[in-house]
Amino acid sequence: MATRGKKMVERVKDLMDKPLQIRNIGICAHIDHGKTTLSDNLLAGSGMISMDLAGKQLFMDFDEEEQARGITINAANVSMVHEVGGEEYLINLIDTPGHVDFGGDVTRAMRAVDGAVVVVDAVEGTMPQTETVLRQALRENVKPILFINKVDRLINELKIDKKEMPVRLGKVIDHVNKLVRNMSPHHYETQGWKLDAAKGNVCFGSALYKWAVSVPSMKNTGISFNEVYDYCKANDMKSLSEKSPLHAVLLDAVVHHLPTPLQAQPFRIPVIWRGDKESKVGKDLISCNPNGEIVFMVTKILTDPHAGEVAVGRLFSGTITRGQELYISGTAAQDRVQSVAISMGAERMEVEKITAGNIAALTGLRNAIVGSTGSTVRDLTPFEAIKHVSEPVMTVAVEAKNMKDLPKLVEALRQVAKEDPTVKVDINEETGEHLISGMGELHLEVVTKSRITRDRGIEVITSPPIVVYRETIGTTAGPVEGKSPNKHNRFYIVIEPMPQPIFDAIKNGDFSMNMQEIDRRNLLISLGMDKEAAKGVTHVYGTNMLVDMTKGIQYLKETMELIIEGMEEALKNGPLAREPAQGILIKLVDVKLHEDAVHRGPAQVIPAFRSAVQGGVLMAQPTLLEPVQKVFISVPQAHMGAAVREIQGRRGTIIDMKQEGDLSVIEGSAPVAELFGFASDIRGATEGRAMWNTEFLGFFPLPMNLQNQIVIEIRKRKGLKAELPRPSDFLE
Amino acid sequence: MLTFIGLGLYDEKDISLKGLEAIRDADVVYAEFYTSRLMGSSVEKMDALYGKKVNVLVREDVEQHPKENVLRDARDKKVVFLTGGDAMVATTHVDLRLRAKQMGIETRIINGPSIQSAVCGLTGLQSYRFGKAATIAFPYKGNISETPYDTVKMNKKNGLHTLLFLDIDREKGFMTINEGIDLLLAVEARRRENVVTGTICVGVARAGSPDPCIRAGKIEALKSFDFGRPLHIMVVPADLHFLEEEALQAFAGL
Ligand SMILES: Nc1nc2c(ncn2[C@@H]2O[C@H](COP(=O)(O)OP(=O)(O)O)[C@@H](O)[C@H]2O)c(=O)[nH]1
Ligand SMILES: [Mg+2]
Repeated sequence: MATRGKKMVERVKDLMDKPLQIRNIGICAHIDHGKTTLSDNLLAGSGMISMDLAGKQLFMDFDEEEQARGITINAANVSMVHEVGGEEYLINLIDTPGHVDFGGDVTRAMRAVDGAVVVVDAVEGTMPQTETVLRQALRENVKPILFINKVDRLINELKIDKKEMPVRLGKVIDHVNKLVRNMSPHHYETQGWKLDAAKGNVCFGSALYKWAVSVPSMKNTGISFNEVYDYCKANDMKSLSEKSPLHAVLLDAVVHHLPTPLQAQPFRIPVIWRGDKESKVGKDLISCNPNGEIVFMVTKILTDPHAGEVAVGRLFSGTITRGQELYISGTAAQDRVQSVAISMGAERMEVEKITAGNIAALTGLRNAIVGSTGSTVRDLTPFEAIKHVSEPVMTVAVEAKNMKDLPKLVEALRQVAKEDPTVKVDINEETGEHLISGMGELHLEVVTKSRITRDRGIEVITSPPIVVYRETIGTTAGPVEGKSPNKHNRFYIVIEPMPQPIFDAIKNGDFSMNMQEIDRRNLLISLGMDKEAAKGVTHVYGTNMLVDMTKGIQYLKETMELIIEGMEEALKNGPLAREPAQGILIKLVDVKLHEDAVHRGPAQVIPAFRSAVQGGVLMAQPTLLEPVQKVFISVPQAHMGAAVREIQGRRGTIIDMKQEGDLSVIEGSAPVAELFGFASDIRGATEGRAMWNTEFLGFFPLPMNLQNQIVIEIRKRKGLKAELPRPSDFLE
Repeated sequence: MLTFIGLGLYDEKDISLKGLEAIRDADVVYAEFYTSRLMGSSVEKMDALYGKKVNVLVREDVEQHPKENVLRDARDKKVVFLTGGDAMVATTHVDLRLRAKQMGIETRIINGPSIQSAVCGLTGLQSYRFGKAATIAFPYKGNISETPYDTVKMNKKNGLHTLLFLDIDREKGFMTINEGIDLLLAVEARRRENVVTGTICVGVARAGSPDPCIRAGKIEALKSFDFGRPLHIMVVPADLHFLEEEALQAFAGL
């Protein structure tokens, strides 16, 4: 290993500054379709781990928790060298989690890569999470190729015959193509993103038994479906893996069909970066210029016992060396790079410099969080705020078991929030408890049990999880008057529900305040906003927006920061139940200000505007929204009725039901609040025969008859007055 | 009955005789010192002079909850409300007076010496030549208000002097003339409109005390001049009348 490792170091280093020989890729798969097995295999095949261990070592799952659960949680990066046609290639593989509770990690990983291997189980075909993850890839303009895995099961377990095999496999390809065509018609039709076995961008094989074939490989090795079938039947996987090894076949396809950074950045930068493409740095990004300004996007922060916090991400432009000072987006800070490393396998290896187009691991970026951009350009337009498909829906309170661990717990929470932006950490002012919010029961369990207790040795007591709600409005109200405490400043606002198309555009990241002003305005107009309003857009907070409709009001400009602060205070914890507000459009229609700056300072303006928004929301049919999950269940027909009842009994809805062989596949939805304990209930109801998983669907209004009751429950829990709030609580 | 009384500039002895009589005659005495302070006095000294307990209110009490103190008592008692300087100038108590009026409470004002007239007297700058005044506020989260700068600019254009109040903050304390100048110059550095660079400024410290300090000079020189203890206030004059110039030379070291 040592000598091989040493030699590998030199090979990796040689390739780093040859972007035509680099591929940055990710793997997209539904859970259990074989992503981890495949990753290990590729690494082993390229000499990064021993071949015998592949499949057993679960190399990418370097987290014990992941190994225990058999699912992959961290998007870790590994690099390997692959040889095709006498040339060597550096392949950087970013592992992406398959469980939707970790959707944030998937999107982040997708930002760093240019191509994706979509893994689909030949027996199961595409599944809901195949679709979700593929959509995330396409949205980031990441090009897919397809690997159909577990072909051995088709032959040995399903025992289909020789003729039927290509038909079944063809169906899987068709299905994936349908998804690509729907999600990304332009690339499908004109850019060659259609998956086509004849072209070689589809491979078939078995990750477990380490073999694969593709149309081009069949020509070289003489191993075609016919031979595959016979070897499988004879249970001679060893010969197959020697004659047509998985890593060679699949990585050939990666090299031939997935883009180099030089090819990818010209068409990816325009969708993932909103700055001026004509500026110097814009051109550097598009051309992946190694001599240009440095632009580095952090996609993952790991905490290493020796090196401390390591920021892993994609270097889109420039060359990074040790000692380089970088501005970190969203902070005034400039951090100094203390070490520069790339991955070899899963190990970090320090190098002198890293050039554009590579995945880099840096230490010293103290102010960076996941999603930050580090650059030599001050005030660079950051990479788009990373789009989260899911958002926190559940909260637990944690307490250190031993009081003396409290400082350690506070530090651990700070780090966890930095590493995983889908985790939100807050302190309950009333009780002093630390609250962790995340994307589901499993996610929160991982955070508390692994990140805090196992990794950092802090024993904690965890409260039962609490559902996170949202507040919004059902109608328009106003003008509402907000007065400053000294009564010399008045703000008049109209509050409206955010039109759906604009809400969606903010949510999925199509709209952002980082866009050039003119693009921003045109987009809003095309989504139906009137011109005057589109011109006045001043601030976006979550999916809420502030629009300044006033004209020529003196001193308003220098007061705006305070107005925004008042808006954020009102919406961070809405007036109904102190839950976050969403989808609220605030139009500022008139303002009266005191002549003198001290009489319109923070102590005056912030409470004035805050109370106008709070009162306004309560006048506009305040509505409580609850998180709802999609639930997929596959279960033998005999238990279908019981499974359906499990959903219906939880204020759930059945969306679709299909028969697949002797299995019933049920697609339904149910509120998160009703899904506690679902795992054991469905096990009981179906004698353990149901396979199921969930996916975040969105926030939906509570049934009318429940809203008041739940508002009061939440208020009680938070120590607020246990009655429905009224506008007069906030306005005079 | 609600009587607003101006306490004047420096200590408890600056009050008018009429004001003192009104306090001695009152049922309840309130005071606020968040808009200005009598630097040479203390609540204990006032209590002793008036022979009454002075209840000091904070901003929240006066602005948000006056019905729980001043206005509540003024409905059927003789209430006096004390402020530094003159009772209404440069403060915002007009709202309180309006609310009292709405509640049918009778109000009156007993004036005290105001810093605005004191500055004219101490510097020799003529009162009819002053334009709009402004306060230089402590920056909030690094944002410096440009209003004072714009006010100076506009006044200068019209040949008028600008009186600049300096912020008083519960946490950051009393702004000095030097800090005020730094903030004006920071705006100038950003805007580059040549409004204050090289201009003459006049600083006044401790008006009304036995040892006031009045100093005129180029803004760059005053930037580091030590004016001593608070309170401070400053003027950015327009072109000087010859008598004003003479007065500044004689009394302010120009
Ligand atoms: N028969 C068969 N089993 C496989 C194959 N690939 C993976 N598996 C098994 O499928 C299960 C899930 O694989 P894993 O790699 O953990 O999937 P992941 O959840 O996508 O990472 C494991 O038990 C693997 O051994 C394959 O090609 N053939
Ligand atoms: Mg896995």
